[in-house]
Amino acid sequence: MTTPSKTAPKTAPKTLDIQAFRLHLPGAVRPVLTGVDLFVDAGETVALVGESGSGKSLTSRSVLGLLPPGAGTEGTVRVNGEDVLTMTPEQLRGLRTGTASMIFQDPRAAINPLRRIGDFLTESLRLNTRTDRAAATARATEMLDAVGLTAKVLRQYPGQLSGGMLQRVMIAAALMGDPALILADEPTTALDVTTQAEVVALLADLRERFGTGLLFVTHDLGLAAAISDRVYVMYAGRIAETGPAEALFGRPLHPYTAALLDSTPRLDAPQGRLAAIEGRPPSLRDEVPGCPFAARCPLATFLCSQQAPALLPVVGEPTRRTACHHSDQLREMSTDATHA
Amino acid sequence: MPPMPEAAAPAAPPEDSPRTVLQVVGLRRTYGSVQAVDDVSFRLAEGGSLGIVGESGSGKTTTARIVVGLERADAGRVLVHGQDRTRAQRGRAARLARAREVQMVFQDPFLSLDPRTTVGAVLRETLRLHFPDGDHPRRIAELLEQVGLGSREAGALPRQLSGGQRQRVAIARALAVEPSVLVLDEAVAALDVSVQAQILNLLSDIREQTGIGYLFITHDLGVVRCVTDQVIVMRHGAIVEAGATAEVLARPQHPYTRLLLDSVPRPGWDPRGIAAARRAL
Repeated sequence: MTTPSKTAPKTAPKTLDIQAFRLHLPGAVRPVLTGVDLFVDAGETVALVGESGSGKSLTSRSVLGLLPPGAGTEGTVRVNGEDVLTMTPEQLRGLRTGTASMIFQDPRAAINPLRRIGDFLTESLRLNTRTDRAAATARATEMLDAVGLTAKVLRQYPGQLSGGMLQRVMIAAALMGDPALILADEPTTALDVTTQAEVVALLADLRERFGTGLLFVTHDLGLAAAISDRVYVMYAGRIAETGPAEALFGRPLHPYTAALLDSTPRLDAPQGRLAAIEGRPPSLRDEVPGCPFAARCPLATFLCSQQAPALLPVVGEPTRRTACHHSDQLREMSTDATHA
Repeated sequence: MPPMPEAAAPAAPPEDSPRTVLQVVGLRRTYGSVQAVDDVSFRLAEGGSLGIVGESGSGKTTTARIVVGLERADAGRVLVHGQDRTRAQRGRAARLARAREVQMVFQDPFLSLDPRTTVGAVLRETLRLHFPDGDHPRRIAELLEQVGLGSREAGALPRQLSGGQRQRVAIARALAVEPSVLVLDEAVAALDVSVQAQILNLLSDIREQTGIGYLFITHDLGVVRCVTDQVIVMRHGAIVEAGATAEVLARPQHPYTRLLLDSVPRPGWDPRGIAAARRAL
């Protein structure tokens, strides 16, 4: 499961493979997502980081075919090799029940408060795969056990559980169809910090046990750095930078990543004023011919305002890609800093 | 009132410390069988910034609401410049005077601003109520400038503003009455990182310029480190640790403070160890 490439080189599809994905919304001057390239391998944890409006949630929802009304798409979004964008409603239902599932930010908003947890967990299996009630309940009990809850929860209502327990139920629900891919959209943002650690530990366990690929959408850079193998940083509907978590946060090669790191109040950074990024991301009503970050970027030149940089591999670091005309300058700065 | 044995330590400042603007003594509040606030005492120096850290259910928000006067304490006192503000006030003038002592900024500026009132009108209403004879247009321009907004935003409705701009409006409204203490309840929690940094910098500038005191309620230890000089850590309604922020964060004494610090995600983070420590505590 973890080494699919060895058995069938090049033909084994990635768990998630998004290529040149573009998404238009009616009424928006420019596309909401442009040229999004992103993949998740089996058993891999990938973080998708960005601020509100960057398009990170839209990207993860697109993987389940949950597109906003009137949306137009280009490119491909493949889950286990099959393009989600061309699926029929029936195929989409199959995808959401089995291959891929999502954990949302607020479990209280995603679970019907009037139905018992048992109904919530088994509903999808019973309706879509014609599993009988006893088998579905057995599966639910097994999954609850995997997330550290007992079968007693099956008879309880959402209002009787704490936020942390309810998020475990959400994770159990996501595991019901034995998915190859879990999309987690800010799954710990609504939780306390100590509860967050527990949920993250749980997700890491499950990944090891079931070999599930995980796309973790978050605004928290520290969390992304702590849990993921690879990171994608999004800004204004584009991928700004991607690479292994440690390298990307240690030596960012996109000015936006660097600025985000500097503006985060951290426990290990020098005290004093934060280096805030002035201004805000471009609105969907504005045409952006060049780099979307140019207006806020300290390195921006005339070129940046005219031509959007492509996401290109970094010389000497094949696992990293950055979309910046001036990433060389950042590279020099970071090597100077390490030599100093 | 008997002295509080556990909470006595932070309440005794060295002799050369600045004057106390806000003092809270032996605060208690129960809801049914839940002890939401359990014997909480602290003091805030003039122009100082005190953080209250804790998770949900720790009692930090209830404490803040009692200080502001949105909630009644079962026991204990809240003193501003030595004056007790916990007793019921009679008359409009007394209520207004009390409002001028402490102001509050909430987490969600969208919920705390009237959707049909423009930014300028929000400030004008507050100024008219508290300073009927003042030069309002001049003061409104001054306040907007202080929080980094222009005259263009003065005519805007809340929904036409971004989250950061709305929070700036909420801060301007609170500053309009020239309070001695500003209570900020998770005031930057809902903002994006880059906007959050702007607001945190703005808050430290304002404190420098006006000498206002902050009571900063937050769950984020990075934010606490950034904007406070004293901190108290609350759990199950009680204070478990108190002291200078740098000291508490560098050398936490209480296991719960240590757990909170360990829970902050960073490279090399050990969520399994934290989960185990949490269950052990």
